[in-house]
Amino acid sequence: MQLSRSLRNIILIELLLPITLLILGIYHGLMQTIYRSGAIHQSSAAHLDYYQGLTLHGVINAIVLTSFFAVAFGHATIAFHLKKEPNKAVAWLSLWLMVVGTLLAAWSMLSGNASVLYTFYPPLKAHPFFYLGAALLLVGSWVPLFNWAYLYTQWRKSNPETKMPLAVLGTLVNFTIWFVCTLAVAYEVLVLLLPWSMGWTNDVNVSLSRTLFWFFGHALVYFWLLPAYIMYYTILPKVAGGKLFSDLAGRIAFFLFLLLSIPVGVHHQFSEPNIQRGTKFFQSMLTFGVAVPSFITAFTLAASLEYAGWKRGAKGVFGWMKKLPYLDKENYLFAYMICGLILFVFGGFTGIVNSSYQLNNVVHNTAWLPGHFHMTVAGPVFLAIIGMSIYLMSNLLGKKIFLPRINVIVPYLWLVGVLIFSTGLMWGGLIGEPRRTNLGMSYLNPSHPLYHPQWVPTTLLAMAGGIIMTTAGLLYFIVFFGTLFSRKRTSATLDFPVTTAYHDEKRMGFFDSFKPWLVMMVVIILIAYVPAVIDVMKNSGPSAPTFLPNNPTPGSK
Amino acid sequence: MIDKFERRVLIITGSVAMLFIFSILYAKNSRRIDVPECLPYNKSYEEPKVVKLDSNLYQVYAVAQMWQFQPAEIQVPVGSTVDFFLTSKDVVHGFEMYEKNVNMMAVYGGVNKTTVKFDRPGVYKITCHEYCGIGHQNMQSEVIVNYPSSK
Repeated sequence: MQLSRSLRNIILIELLLPITLLILGIYHGLMQTIYRSGAIHQSSAAHLDYYQGLTLHGVINAIVLTSFFAVAFGHATIAFHLKKEPNKAVAWLSLWLMVVGTLLAAWSMLSGNASVLYTFYPPLKAHPFFYLGAALLLVGSWVPLFNWAYLYTQWRKSNPETKMPLAVLGTLVNFTIWFVCTLAVAYEVLVLLLPWSMGWTNDVNVSLSRTLFWFFGHALVYFWLLPAYIMYYTILPKVAGGKLFSDLAGRIAFFLFLLLSIPVGVHHQFSEPNIQRGTKFFQSMLTFGVAVPSFITAFTLAASLEYAGWKRGAKGVFGWMKKLPYLDKENYLFAYMICGLILFVFGGFTGIVNSSYQLNNVVHNTAWLPGHFHMTVAGPVFLAIIGMSIYLMSNLLGKKIFLPRINVIVPYLWLVGVLIFSTGLMWGGLIGEPRRTNLGMSYLNPSHPLYHPQWVPTTLLAMAGGIIMTTAGLLYFIVFFGTLFSRKRTSATLDFPVTTAYHDEKRMGFFDSFKPWLVMMVVIILIAYVPAVIDVMKNSGPSAPTFLPNNPTPGSK
Repeated sequence: MIDKFERRVLIITGSVAMLFIFSILYAKNSRRIDVPECLPYNKSYEEPKVVKLDSNLYQVYAVAQMWQFQPAEIQVPVGSTVDFFLTSKDVVHGFEMYEKNVNMMAVYGGVNKTTVKFDRPGVYKITCHEYCGIGHQNMQSEVIVNYPSSK
């Protein structure tokens, strides 16, 4: 279909801005592995401090890239499946809020006034612009939800008996989760932290801030993941040459995410004071619940791929694995998605370790954690984002892919890099290697009294993986910007591969309506989070003044 | 209706999940392995000290601050059981002793508690594993577990 010029430009800006910033994000990903391995023993390199770069790496890769992409992909999905475009002014407003927010936050991080990492735990204080920028970015990403929800209700009126398209269901579920979870972090940022960082209030309840952050923080990872899931359910089976095994399974999976993405945040706080064991245990169980939709997805996608393999003439039990279009350069979305899926197998298993209550004592805040989440957010999420970004960009502009053979190799190189990198980190984590630490300054410096040689092989392995990942990233940038500036034109359209279902059940009202699920969502969140907030209010001591990262004196400027 | 392979995989998934949950409950109730215990805040926890209750029963009141732990060195005999109480005087810090699977966050206005039994002599490092500012990578303390005779 043809998009209006205005919406096309919005989507393109929402892809180009974060992909450009990603150059800085990936650069500092590589630098971290170098600092950590002890290859250099410095606090900064090229005027960028380790912790400043770590903040940039987290904010750009995990917040800016993911939010911009989710909005861009959402616009494209809704317009394509409902054949209606969102309101022009509202879509531009959303984009401007997000751009201004990103610029404010980028200025505070680059000027060294916000080295507080992307979790910005108080009482470490950042520049007020950092909090303001984060809030604008969040609010900007809320705006399209209302626009899309309106388009959906219009569509529903004229199609009362048709199942809503699975991609539309996924998009609306994802942004509903996003809206609800970001309410808590918006409260934390705008009501607790912003006035406190401006000096208008004296202190902040640290435990309450952290609990509000993690109300948002785990749902955030599903906000990253669901655009990838939408592609897996609605695009992958088609580009593999088959059908989606079950349409209903996809609907159930998305609705289960709606119920369970948020009321599990306390599993990030198992090691924390002020929350009782019972509250933690209950949310640990709910976290097992949120693994269910991912298990459903694993089965459904494997079955869909197996069907595709058979359609391509495979024989035997595992023959279908050999028949899939792994290196088809015309069909590169398959390569990006299958590599993400392979990583997600390991990402999912290690995630279950993290949610297993006592096992958290072994891995919490060690290098295991980034080892785990680079196989999720830097696995299926990242590969789906960069694969779809180049697909949307080249289609909307009508450009031919520059170096298509390189393009199809990028995800495999990335896959190998992440597997090595995460192995190093997770191995290190199991022998106590902390995350978020400039190890080269002390623990990996042979002339330092804290030298800890056990972490030499683990950090070297992570650096080797980091170098491979960065190489894949560089190749991607060459292909992306080469395509952007290429002169070879084809026709400019927006078209997604459309998957049909192998088991396509009749419309069932319960699985085609948001109301019952939204009610259940609210009930489960209240059951899980009211006790957590009561614990925090009951057990917390005094609130904390501000601290800067370079000064132990409270309230210093 | 539901595909027979789907039904099979649902049963397998359910059984595996039950096995995991049973393991967690067994470890929690029978082996007494648990997450840290949270205590209501009290200002007295901000005073770092080691209290000897008995010949092999100790309490350590650990305080984390930018960028050190107090007490910086803790000496106990082999076979002793130590209760660690932990709080922070400023930003969020971590408290990790990986040989003993001790893993706690030190939070301003919060008190964490865990209990460790030291059966073997050795030096057990406590590492700060939460970013706490520019000196974070230097923040470590240690528990030295001696033979009783060397005390």
